[in-house]
Amino acid sequence: MQSIFDAIGYNSWILTLLLVLPIVGAGVLIAQAQRHSSSDGAATMSSARRTALLFFGVECLVSIGLWWSVDYESTAWQAAVTLPWIESWGIFFRIGVDGIAVVLILLTTCLMPLTVLGSWTSIREKPHAFYALLLVLTTGMLGVFMSLDLVLFYVFWELMLVPMYLIIGIWGGKRRLYASLKFFLFTMLGSLLMLVAIVYIGIEAGGLNGPPIFDYDVVTTTGAYSYNTALWLFGAFFLAFAVKVPMFPFHTWLPDAHVEAPTAGSVVLASIMLKMGTFGFVRFALPLFPYAATHPAVKSAVITLAVVGIVYGALVSMVQPDFKKLVAYSSVSHMGFVILGIFAFTTQSVQGALMVNINHGISTGALFLLIGMIYERRHTRMIADFGGIAKVMPIFAVMLTIVALSSIGVPGTNGFVGEFLVLIGAFRTEPIAAVIAATVIIFAAVYLLWALQRIIYNPLSKPENAALKDLNWREIGLLVPLIAAIFWLGLYPAPVLNRTHAAANRLVERMGGMPEANITVVPERR
Amino acid sequence: MMQSVHPLAETVARFVWWLPALPLIGFVINGALSIYASAKPGPADPSANGHDGSNIGHGSHATDEGNHGHDDGDGHDDHAPTPRHRFAGITSIVGPGVLVLTFGLAIALFVAMRGVEMHEPFVSTLFAWMPVGDLHINAALQLDGLSMVMVLVITGVGMLIHVFSVGYMQDDAGYPRYFAYLNLFVFFMLLLVLGANYVVTFVGWEGVGLCSYLLIGFWFSEKANADAGKKAFVVNRIGDFGFMVAMFMLFAHLGTLDYATIAERAGQFAPGGVVVTAICLFLFLGCVGKSAQIPLFVWLPDAMAGPTPVSALIHAATMVTAGVFLIARSASLFSLAPVASLTVALVGGVTALFAATIGLKQWDIKKVLAYSTISQLGYMFVGVGVGAYTAGIFHLVTHAFFKALLFLGAGSVIYAMHKAYHATRNHSDDAQDMRNMGGLKKFMPVTWTLMWIATLAIAGVPPFAGFFSKDEILGATFARAHGSTLADASLLGMSGSTVLYIVWVFGLAAALLTAIYMTRMMLYTFHGPNRTGDDARPHLAEAPWVMTGPLLVLGVLSAIGGWLNLPGVITDLAPIGPTASLEHWLEPVVGEATARVAGGGAHVAVSTEALLIGLAVAIAIAGMAIAWARLKPSALVAKSAAAPATGIQRVLENKWYVDEAYDAAIVKPTFAVSKSVLWGGVDVGLIDTLLVNGSAALTRFFGWMGSQLQSGRVGTYAWLIVIGAVLLLRAFARVA
Amino acid sequence: MLAESLALSAALFTIGVIGVLTRRNAIIVFMCVELMLNAVNLSFVALSRVYGATGQVFVIFVMTVAAAEAAVGLAIIISIFRHKKSVNLEDINLLRG
Repeated sequence: MQSIFDAIGYNSWILTLLLVLPIVGAGVLIAQAQRHSSSDGAATMSSARRTALLFFGVECLVSIGLWWSVDYESTAWQAAVTLPWIESWGIFFRIGVDGIAVVLILLTTCLMPLTVLGSWTSIREKPHAFYALLLVLTTGMLGVFMSLDLVLFYVFWELMLVPMYLIIGIWGGKRRLYASLKFFLFTMLGSLLMLVAIVYIGIEAGGLNGPPIFDYDVVTTTGAYSYNTALWLFGAFFLAFAVKVPMFPFHTWLPDAHVEAPTAGSVVLASIMLKMGTFGFVRFALPLFPYAATHPAVKSAVITLAVVGIVYGALVSMVQPDFKKLVAYSSVSHMGFVILGIFAFTTQSVQGALMVNINHGISTGALFLLIGMIYERRHTRMIADFGGIAKVMPIFAVMLTIVALSSIGVPGTNGFVGEFLVLIGAFRTEPIAAVIAATVIIFAAVYLLWALQRIIYNPLSKPENAALKDLNWREIGLLVPLIAAIFWLGLYPAPVLNRTHAAANRLVERMGGMPEANITVVPERR
Repeated sequence: MMQSVHPLAETVARFVWWLPALPLIGFVINGALSIYASAKPGPADPSANGHDGSNIGHGSHATDEGNHGHDDGDGHDDHAPTPRHRFAGITSIVGPGVLVLTFGLAIALFVAMRGVEMHEPFVSTLFAWMPVGDLHINAALQLDGLSMVMVLVITGVGMLIHVFSVGYMQDDAGYPRYFAYLNLFVFFMLLLVLGANYVVTFVGWEGVGLCSYLLIGFWFSEKANADAGKKAFVVNRIGDFGFMVAMFMLFAHLGTLDYATIAERAGQFAPGGVVVTAICLFLFLGCVGKSAQIPLFVWLPDAMAGPTPVSALIHAATMVTAGVFLIARSASLFSLAPVASLTVALVGGVTALFAATIGLKQWDIKKVLAYSTISQLGYMFVGVGVGAYTAGIFHLVTHAFFKALLFLGAGSVIYAMHKAYHATRNHSDDAQDMRNMGGLKKFMPVTWTLMWIATLAIAGVPPFAGFFSKDEILGATFARAHGSTLADASLLGMSGSTVLYIVWVFGLAAALLTAIYMTRMMLYTFHGPNRTGDDARPHLAEAPWVMTGPLLVLGVLSAIGGWLNLPGVITDLAPIGPTASLEHWLEPVVGEATARVAGGGAHVAVSTEALLIGLAVAIAIAGMAIAWARLKPSALVAKSAAAPATGIQRVLENKWYVDEAYDAAIVKPTFAVSKSVLWGGVDVGLIDTLLVNGSAALTRFFGWMGSQLQSGRVGTYAWLIVIGAVLLLRAFARVA
Repeated sequence: MLAESLALSAALFTIGVIGVLTRRNAIIVFMCVELMLNAVNLSFVALSRVYGATGQVFVIFVMTVAAAEAAVGLAIIISIFRHKKSVNLEDINLLRG
């Protein structure tokens, strides 16, 4: 296997290709749009979605090789590329991956074709523009996972923002303008301060005479800031990432954005864009400022916010009348687990956090797709408008049940593995936080099972629901990979864990946490 | 761990993973059939015309009324003979078939185990499940005396109940779905008992909870059923929280979650230390949820909304006993934590008595049995709590026999009642209310006979199974009150021996009440005049052989189950069988822990033991006599003619209002706080309105202020220019 | 001599300012603006006796600008008068938001 990859030089071009391909696709779509501007709507839609699916499909297929081609144990960046960009300012096009990034890149590339299938019939207005934006968004997201230059990272970070703003603002629901503006402003608020911090870091690293240095490896190893400076810089990064995660109390843009976004927007937002925040912590905020991040006050504040978010998100989920909002708040809860896991700084909890990242991407993505499916049929997301539809949509009911169970974290599904590892790891360093967070397994069951009951169980009392059609082959086909992933990661997560292990362990070591501590039992006194 | 090759390694034991795999295969097949049938409704499929599958054993009183309330047009054609599911044939073979195979394999394993000398469990590792740093969690199965006993009970009783279900569920529209869930349940239950570490056990633990959820809400179109399923799952999750925290603590302090390694390293804990006590108490929280003890018992009575065979299998014989199993499995820890053990015993004793009081005044035949189950589970916890692990497991086994028999018997009765009401189109009377039964002895002689055997067994009348196991628990409790580590500890300011005497008295009182309510149930159901109604009466009949057959087997087991573990005091008197075979069988697993709890002196003289046995028998007989004396045939009236209960009776009928109290104290406040304080107050109010929109409003306000200067009036501008010029001049003048 | 000239200039300037601020007729306001310009011119001339001829250069410069301004300003006022039949500044509020 390895030799095939070596023979075609896979690692030398794959990352660049992954970044360029979507942009090319977007260009093709825009060109098509000009040609189709006069013809009828149905033809426009089908040409747009077919082109988009083609590009996303190719993107997904070529990316899969990363799973095998990369050396996960190596401390060097894999598949790295360095090209000069703005040399006089010390800015380079520098990309590369490690185990954590590969897993997230594959999550992205594999989910995108499914989101295209998910919006196959629901995007009728300006389909070319929609899919073109989705493609540009993909480049932005993949770029964030790959960047090894702070400025390049910032460029990709902002590149994600605009397409998503437009997707919500143009193809969204009734309050789309409010939601998209809120999304934009929240994100900007954090990221502008991060830009300031990046510039400061670059100039500091470059010294008084030389050009600034934004190379990731340099700034993470040489940066020696005074305690105060480090705290301020960490604060700037923290704000940018905390908004994106989103951590309590920076989360209120999320429910609005999710509710108003079209299905594809919600899926991308929940499954991938939220991961940017946690990825940012792992890749940038923590390695750049290990002393600030492990400062007891900072650490306990972050963990407190994470735990508050976990419990708070679950409690607020319980009382949501809108299914999408319910899932949005449950995201706040799940992402709190990720932050808790990262900031507990043990191997188990960090790897668990990375698992929760992926699991949340899969389960919540699937939930939004399922919501999109019934929304297309009934044009409502209010839980109270449904009831008893397991009778008329049995396959939908089975799928929704499986995905909900995964989100609840029932063992055997992926959700359990992540939460369990986070909690068992976090318990070693933050026992109280872990115990409080563990109560969420109760609330999660309450809010999801209650919603499940009111949607698919109970009497089929509303006549509008009696005529609902069950899922068609396209919808089943796009859910099956997600269901398969749910069970695969639940039953045999070792391949993923092995791939993220080295990177996670490096982080934990750097943060002075508990990497592979040998447990020594001290006999307690009576 | 195991340097030498385990004696079981070359035997059939290496196929141990087939035990859970077989039911899983059954689940896959039945599940696929179910989905296929509902996605592509064929002409013969009852669900095609929206038929709701309302049939036998269908819910309680409330459910039947519900049926009337919202009849959406399909309620009345259920008088037509319901066609069987089109895959009923395959399902009837696959569903019980995989259980027969599993049971066969279990027997083979049992035979193999008997042939070898086993000092350590046989562990079969399938693959590395969660290898993370120093945490190694394997998907591994463990075979030892304890898991073997459980496997035999699960597959044996499970097989009988599967066969029974073939008859009971035959007309249901969800027939393959039912068997899919049932097979899945057996899979998870086997995983639970076979797991070689806490995590695999936890997978089974949650999995059986999931199946319980799915099966309680099997007839999900009724809100009450769906509610009950959800309640069961959520309450169980409260317990699961405890289980998880216990696992975290074990890993943090011992660095492993494997049973074998934990047993080795448990000695690192100081006896009676805080950590081990906390671990045990958290584990016990899990058991309290799963096994429906105070304060988390409320889900089990509601769980009776599921089909009756489900109640027999899950909510009586197997799943609810998982808590007892878990404590026996963790005996090495519990034996180091006397305070935790005393808590277990006390909670068990209180639950046994409390549930029995409620059982006295229930009218739904399944509810009586549900409270009886809670009460009997309390006994088992007393057993494992006082360190008599064998006694607890022994009662678990005998209880599985006689309670499964009682539930299946009740199922037959309900089946007959429902058929009779169905035939006469009676929707107003409740097929599960004992006040509508009476005199069924005449119509269902086989069921009557067998249920009396079970009643005598549960009441503790010798020589039936329950007598031996219950007596062993009470005897052990009495014995441990002196000279054991428990007696030296203290709980709630009381000395351990006081606590144990209290538990013992509670146990005796519960035994009295058990005899009373069980006799009452039998009298109401089978004796006296029939109250079913004149037109329905001719339709009452015994269930088909596929249902009575399993009853017969269970009847035999309930009668002779006591021979599994005959006490020495009896075999000394009359050599009727081997002494304490179960105790020998479990010796490698719990022997050390039992000895640790018992200490040196926890034994009673033979004469005292004989006295205790006599007391227990007297109490059982007395209870039955009281019930017999108080419930004369003339006192048994139909539901429509019964006067409303008053005073304490009413409190008991309403289950001490525990559900209402929980609702008012926990459920409602949580929802209210979440809705108005957290969502309305913090999210919408504080963050969104005040901070987010507030900062926007502030910005807009400053903008407005600025815009006010921009009046468009040239005169104002001129004034401003002049004022500004004067101020500037002043400033310059000062500088100069 | 210098002090008196500057005092006169200040007086003229103040009269101009008050006129600009208080009068409503555009022509009068315009004349007052001219008055202010000439007050400044007077100071320039007076101060040029002390600081050299630069001040006188500025006077020429100001007068040129003032002439151009007068031409443009009067043209605007006339065109406004044609439009509105009034030269009252209160009526001219097109800039008002």
